[in-house]
Amino acid sequence: MSTATTTDSKELAPVSAESLAALLVAKERPPRPSALSASLTFGWRAILKIKHVPEQLFDVTAFPIMMVLMYTYLFGGALAGSPEEYIQFLLPGILVMSVVMITMYTGVSVNTDIEKGVFDRFRSLPIWRPSTMVGYLLGDALRYTIASVVMLTVGIILGYRPDGGVGGVLAGIALLIVFSFAFSWIWTMFGLMLRTEKSVMGVSMMVIFPLTFLSNVFVDPRTMPGWLQAFVNNSPITHLSSAVRELMAGEWPTAEIAWSLGWSALFVLVFGPITMRLYNRK
Amino acid sequence: MSAQTSGLAIETAGLVKTFGETRAVDGVDLSVPTGTVYGVLGPNGAGKTTTVKMLATLLRPDGGEAHVFGHDVVREADQVRGRVSLTGQYASVDEDLTGIENLVLLGRLLGHDKKAARRRGEQLLEAFGLTEAAGKQVKHYSGGMRRRIDIAASILNTPDLLFLDEPTTGLDPRSRNQVWDIVRAVVGQGTTVLLTTQYLDEADQLASRIAVIDRGKVIAEGTKGELKASVGAGSVHLRLRDPAQRPQAEEVLRLTLEADVQREPDPVALTARVGAGAAGGWGAAEQAARALAELARGGITVDNFSLGQPSLDEVFLALTGHDTRTQTTRAEDAKLDDTKDEAAA
Repeated sequence: MSTATTTDSKELAPVSAESLAALLVAKERPPRPSALSASLTFGWRAILKIKHVPEQLFDVTAFPIMMVLMYTYLFGGALAGSPEEYIQFLLPGILVMSVVMITMYTGVSVNTDIEKGVFDRFRSLPIWRPSTMVGYLLGDALRYTIASVVMLTVGIILGYRPDGGVGGVLAGIALLIVFSFAFSWIWTMFGLMLRTEKSVMGVSMMVIFPLTFLSNVFVDPRTMPGWLQAFVNNSPITHLSSAVRELMAGEWPTAEIAWSLGWSALFVLVFGPITMRLYNRK
Repeated sequence: MSAQTSGLAIETAGLVKTFGETRAVDGVDLSVPTGTVYGVLGPNGAGKTTTVKMLATLLRPDGGEAHVFGHDVVREADQVRGRVSLTGQYASVDEDLTGIENLVLLGRLLGHDKKAARRRGEQLLEAFGLTEAAGKQVKHYSGGMRRRIDIAASILNTPDLLFLDEPTTGLDPRSRNQVWDIVRAVVGQGTTVLLTTQYLDEADQLASRIAVIDRGKVIAEGTKGELKASVGAGSVHLRLRDPAQRPQAEEVLRLTLEADVQREPDPVALTARVGAGAAGGWGAAEQAARALAELARGGITVDNFSLGQPSLDEVFLALTGHDTRTQTTRAEDAKLDDTKDEAAA
């Protein structure tokens, strides 16, 4: 506390006892906010934090650009004959992969935030308990949207032409954001469970790398050995990237959409309650 | 509930919280009347913060019971949360946000619409002399300003019970006095305040009743006067003209006051504790007068004489057998406990 940079060393204006007393007399208490209103308020807090620390948008701008460029030119020639052809296949997948990877920062921010005094205040408020966590995820949904727009822009510059048009692309992004919102409950759980930021990062990497790479993002799973196909074909990331890829290509992959939404529901139902249990016991 | 009708803001019975092997709170009984400042006084690691956290529904007790305005802090946590506010040891506001953003955020969470939240926030900043800093991030605030914004956040809705956990730790004397003024204004409007502190003069200044807590237990409880009386009605301080007369004066005091007499480092000074009800049931002032008369009869010249109430420092020393400051090992223990608390919490 004492190490804080103090910009204000001059005299503080005195506390006005009278106006303070006048404020305290007002004992009206508005009704408690609805679950939605409280969650949106916490979402607003997340957006304010982005406003004050815009550097934290680095991971949703520079990182995705890097991912698109790197994998398009690294694998394009070998896998599809040319980068331009490969990007038609790759972009929706790399979009899914990057955004799902970005979700893991949720865990880190929950972990660093929860130690601060302000959490004691939030937890002593008479509000819908999960709203604090939902607020994080709403703020993050904005970050995912930014990342998606950035990647699509880069992709289109590099020659990606989605047959699904604006409607297909928007549907694909919407599905991706719904899935990421649900998937993030894993990270809120780890953020509350693990003690340090470093361990949150470490565990997150352990989960996210195999999960995103062992999918159909880069190549068709038919070239893989049977045991790996079994895993890849059932991975939520494979279902999601197939769904997004086909939506953006102008199709309506009912089964893959259902799988993606089913996994999303499962993530919320399993990791949501665990997160809230940890949050209440913190 | 009975607590509601009996006018108690807080009632706890045998409250216990353990962290691993450590019993951070070890059977605490408190009864806090509404509309008063109740001081919880104790050194670092005594269990003050843990007790407050249980009462504010942030920690679940491992044993015993606690009611706030008649509501059980575990089973009726939501009702409790609706009536209390907490200002923690560390700034309980978001340091990345500005002063006004913090107040609007909390105002919205308390159910105010956007306009009302902003208006209330601006009025509070004005009352706390923070209007100029409204648009600055709280992390750039000075210690005194942080305390102010923190307390402002706690009274967005006038709470029935306000927890102030060491509100002046780390503040300079000037800012500390300002915080005291704020606390007095808040209590003046009928809010009950539970104040934890390790500063004896702070409890002395603000609280009407005090619980002294050490190693998770309440070791004394009462009004300030009762606590002081329990260790003696007062202290007599003497300064003699001639240091050579000190042994003789010491003997006279011991006989007339029937109390221990201490030699001060100053070669002409003596201090004696005047016990209530000691020395034949005389009051402290009468005893002191008799002692003075005896000294005069023995030809001992007294240059300076004073009779004062014992300080809370003396109270603490008498109650715990150890000082609040000089126990370096205790302080280190407490630090360990604190880190444990944090890890477990």
